[in-house]
Amino acid sequence: MERVPILKIGEILLVSIQLDMSDQTALQLQEDLAERIVATGCHGVIIDITALDIVDSFVGRMLSSIASISKVLDAETVVVGMRPAVAITLVELGLSLNGIRTALNVERGMELVADARADEFPYDDELADGSDDDPETTSSP
Amino acid sequence: MALTAEESGRLAALLSEHVDQVTQRWTETVAASLRGRLSQVELRSQLQELRQAIVTTAENGIVDLDAEYAAELRAVLAELSRGRARQGFSATETAISVFALKEVLLELLESHGGESTLRDYVAFSALIDTMGLFTFESYVRTREGLIADQAEQLLELSTPVVKLWEGVVAVPLVGTLDSARAQVVMERLLQTLVDTGSPYAIIDITGVPAVDTQVAQHILKTVVAARLMGADCIISGIRPQIAQTIVALGIEFGDIATKASLADALRHVLRLTGVETTRRSRRGA
Repeated sequence: MERVPILKIGEILLVSIQLDMSDQTALQLQEDLAERIVATGCHGVIIDITALDIVDSFVGRMLSSIASISKVLDAETVVVGMRPAVAITLVELGLSLNGIRTALNVERGMELVADARADEFPYDDELADGSDDDPETTSSP
Repeated sequence: MALTAEESGRLAALLSEHVDQVTQRWTETVAASLRGRLSQVELRSQLQELRQAIVTTAENGIVDLDAEYAAELRAVLAELSRGRARQGFSATETAISVFALKEVLLELLESHGGESTLRDYVAFSALIDTMGLFTFESYVRTREGLIADQAEQLLELSTPVVKLWEGVVAVPLVGTLDSARAQVVMERLLQTLVDTGSPYAIIDITGVPAVDTQVAQHILKTVVAARLMGADCIISGIRPQIAQTIVALGIEFGDIATKASLADALRHVLRLTGVETTRRSRRGA
């Protein structure tokens, strides 16, 4: 079975979806991603859908559930690179992907994650090394 | 309406034996109806071509506009009506070019016809009616093609997306926004957002004469689609009357930023992106 690769770039996990999603692939991706978030302690997930020609209700639901899972694990999800045709189709279908942040490209997505993080923990830098008892933060540089 | 074999033969005979008379009378009749807007020479050559096409068709078999071997006749008729439509002649003026043949044939039949004159004339008339209808259809098709071309050109020239600032693009909408135009605007705006990587878009509706629920719906869809792609839209250029209409119609723009002028919208976006503008103090002041 095909798997979607998950890349770690700094504090961010990058998921670039390059193939048509089947039920199996989607479930596998959710599992893998949840594991990787816990293992790496990343606080940002960027899902790149530049290569997707078709986003239907199934993919939409998958994106929503990935966002929810990440939220539970304290990671911000940003969907990037949606094509104009895809966006138009989603609007026509009435799917608005509630609760998902979007950005034009990966670069902007990384900025968005960084901003969201800074808003949430303005004093994060000072605490980065010690007093936080969360094992994920202490293991990060 | 097809002729019988004998009728076809008689028609071909009439038309090919009295070439000069047919062309002369036909040209005169048509020229009178066109009131000199087409030169006699041009008209004569057109009608001669048409006459020749009828004779050729008759030689190949019976004269029937739907027959396979009548392709040339159809082509000549279509070409005639296309030309007339392009030159701005009315539908009547185009059809008369064909119907005038009836008068010519009547005169010929009166002077040269045998016993079956009346029957022949009725059969020829029916054929010419069919040819006239065919001409009319071609004429309408050409006109419709012209209209479609113009509509397309209108679409192309009326939807530019301009870059206002680094990361800020604007669409100045001018004219009535129907579904087709809204679709083009939406696609072009979203594509520009991707191409330029701009996270902000300003939709300026100063040039839109009226905003009804449908137009609002189109604009809202564009904004939602841009949001899905990760860009923010600001609507600007809302004139006082339009603001009143929007409220009266109960259109909700929700959390979409709306500004009175394009300048306000640009200032708003610049503030969001952290750009500050200051007026340089004048030298010596």
